[in-house]
Amino acid sequence: MTEKYAFLEKVGREPSNLIKGLQAVQGVEGYVSDESIRAISEYFGIPEVEVEGVLSFYAQFKRVKPGKYKIAVCDGTACHIKGSPLVQEWVSRALGISDGETDEKGHFSLETVACLGCCSLAPVMSVNGRVYAKLDRKTTIKILKEYEAK
Amino acid sequence: MSDAKIKKIRVGVASCGIAAGAEAVMDLLKKEAGAIPVEGTGCLGHCYAEPMVEVLLDNGESVIYRDVKADEKAVRNILSVGPENRFEIPPVRKAKELVKVLALAGRIDPTSFEDYVANGGYKGLEKALAMTSAEVIDEVKLSGLRGRGGGGFPTGNKWGFLAAKQADEKILICNADEGDPGAFMDRALMESAPHQVLEGMLIAAYATGATKLFIYCRAEYPMAIKHLKIAIAQIYEHKLNVVAGRELEIIIKEGAGAFVCGEETALIASLEGQRGTPRFRPPFPTDKGWMGYPSMINNVETFGNIPLILREGGAEFAKVGTEGSKGTKIFALAGDLKYPGLVEVPMGITLREIVFDIGGADPEKVKAVQTGGPSGGCIPVELFDTPVDYDSLKKLGAIMGSGGMIVIGKDRCMVETARYFLDFTHRESCGKCTFCRVGTTRMYETLERNVAGKGEMSDIELLENLGPKIRMGSLCGLGQTAPNPVLATLRYYRHEYEAHVRDHQCEALQCNALVDLKLDQSKCVKCKLCIKNCPVGAISDDFVIDNTKCTRCNTCLDMCPKKAIRRVKKGSN
Ligand SMILES: Cc1cc2nc3c(=O)[nH]c(=O)nc-3n(C[C@H](O)[C@H](O)[C@H](O)COP(=O)(O)O)c2cc1C
Ligand code: SF4
Ligand code: SF4
Ligand code: FES
Ligand code: FES
Repeated sequence: MTEKYAFLEKVGREPSNLIKGLQAVQGVEGYVSDESIRAISEYFGIPEVEVEGVLSFYAQFKRVKPGKYKIAVCDGTACHIKGSPLVQEWVSRALGISDGETDEKGHFSLETVACLGCCSLAPVMSVNGRVYAKLDRKTTIKILKEYEAK
Repeated sequence: MSDAKIKKIRVGVASCGIAAGAEAVMDLLKKEAGAIPVEGTGCLGHCYAEPMVEVLLDNGESVIYRDVKADEKAVRNILSVGPENRFEIPPVRKAKELVKVLALAGRIDPTSFEDYVANGGYKGLEKALAMTSAEVIDEVKLSGLRGRGGGGFPTGNKWGFLAAKQADEKILICNADEGDPGAFMDRALMESAPHQVLEGMLIAAYATGATKLFIYCRAEYPMAIKHLKIAIAQIYEHKLNVVAGRELEIIIKEGAGAFVCGEETALIASLEGQRGTPRFRPPFPTDKGWMGYPSMINNVETFGNIPLILREGGAEFAKVGTEGSKGTKIFALAGDLKYPGLVEVPMGITLREIVFDIGGADPEKVKAVQTGGPSGGCIPVELFDTPVDYDSLKKLGAIMGSGGMIVIGKDRCMVETARYFLDFTHRESCGKCTFCRVGTTRMYETLERNVAGKGEMSDIELLENLGPKIRMGSLCGLGQTAPNPVLATLRYYRHEYEAHVRDHQCEALQCNALVDLKLDQSKCVKCKLCIKNCPVGAISDDFVIDNTKCTRCNTCLDMCPKKAIRRVKKGSN
């Protein structure tokens, strides 16, 4: 195996750890590249098509490189009721990208997710895992501006 | 109280506390508190009052502060045990709730083994180990505990099935997938008292003879995973993973974002590293589960109840609740109400008490409550005297579910709500069963048409027709329950569907395609804020909104200092 994917050694080699292996790769690289699929296939001894078959089932796995700041707008029930479609619209408009896209500079990517577990502070979104609560238009734009400058 | 010294300060830093800004508060307190220890704790469940800080005094009393800001003034107030921003549990809530499973949440440092033990932790395990495994199962049966994951299966019976199996290895799985988008009971419990869930698992392992223990936790809960990992390391360190001479292995696996993986057979497939598709039962997991070994799955909250049952005894536990539903239940309250958060109540309490008394919702403004998430149904306010137990809710076409409870205000559209749920389920269908895959997509497309004002009266029939077919033709609970939100809203709010498809009107003024924006010239002060801020230039210099350009983003409504812009019925401009 290539040097680059040596970190896989930390994940047990049993095929039942395939998802864990994919998570490890995405944790390091931010997405699952064709190259990493080959490495995983080799490591677990599972054909590449099967690896693809498993990873395409799960929403967590990304096949394209995400931006430096990953924005996840929650569209769980509580957030939806509290106006998350508007939050999506504001973010989308401010960044010029829609759900599942990354901007040209590779600075931001945007996705909608189902519930971050902070429903009582709805609507919420997260940027690289940090949750921002009780969003209205002003705070949403302000948060994006802050990250834009980073 | 003012002469008492501060012994310790605790800051609620569970996920939602942090989202509300608790980290900055904690940092500042640590800087200013000198020798007083400042600790993080879990979740008190009063999300509406976050960030929260508790000051423990050396005379044994404590003062809780709410809405704490990360500034000098707030910190000074806390360090002097001042009078500002003190928190009291609203008296009505205090009278109705019954905090047992969540008793330690927000009261201990979740990363401290000693804190848990000092508060009665692992007493349940100790008691269990002094009994035979059959006695432990009898105790759980006696308690009447039913699974909190949604199905409500009697827990003791399930344990009995696994215990009766002879096998080289038996598997125990904690279902921490918490897939209902709008529920966070399990997250709060794992973040705030991880040892309690693990103690429940250890007791179950002793009672059933399982030696491999999995926790399948959704990846969206990084703090829960972190706290569980810390707790597991502590368990190994204190050798609590050796029960009756058997060494247990405890493994955390992260989910990968598929709702259907909350279903037990799909979860097992996912744990095996495969696509998470459900399979036909029988064989039940207790016969043939993970890698073919007998396996048993319980929910986080189910395990969280176990230490209590062992500590106080099954008979005592069963004193709370109704005939068929024993103990307490944790609900995650969210939506249109004053006090969103977590609440633990005795089974049998009415919806009215939860939503109005505890949740502080305005009776004038509430239309319904949705229980059970995408698998559940809405219950209209007229039926709020229904007691909350497994069987009563089922009769109404809703379900208890895992505990998500979303309060829906009168200004929400029920057709749109149903569309939202079907959007969710049709995307989450694993695709194995045709009726689930195609049927839910058909339902979703129909509803999408309806909210876009392109529906026809025959659509209502189509939905009513499809519902039972999808139910019948689906293998797992996802498909079997997917039509519930549609059928329940049709049952109670048929007139809203009719208004959408026949008159192309949305009374709630929520469906964008059926709404215009109107600028009331008589209220307008010509500040031009709306014009400047409209992202699509839909407002003309003479203050008229071009509704063909407007995307209904609501920016101008937001900006207008005079509330001169309103949403109105389409065509009434
Ligand atoms: C589509 C679907 C999703 C489910 N999601 C969950 C879940 O997120 N958490 C959970 O505990 N149970 C979930 N369940 C129920 C589980 O299949 C299973 O009944 C439960 O985990 C058993 O534990 P209990 O007996 O302690 O309730 C789900 C079921 C279905 C059909
Ligand atoms: S009912 Fe739906 S989710 Fe369940 S197995 Fe069938 S296709 Fe998959
Ligand atoms: S923001 Fe309101 S007050 Fe100002 S110009 Fe627009 S409608 Fe008039
Ligand atoms: S619904 Fe958005 S955090 Fe739960
Ligand atoms: S206060 Fe913890 S769930 Fe909100």
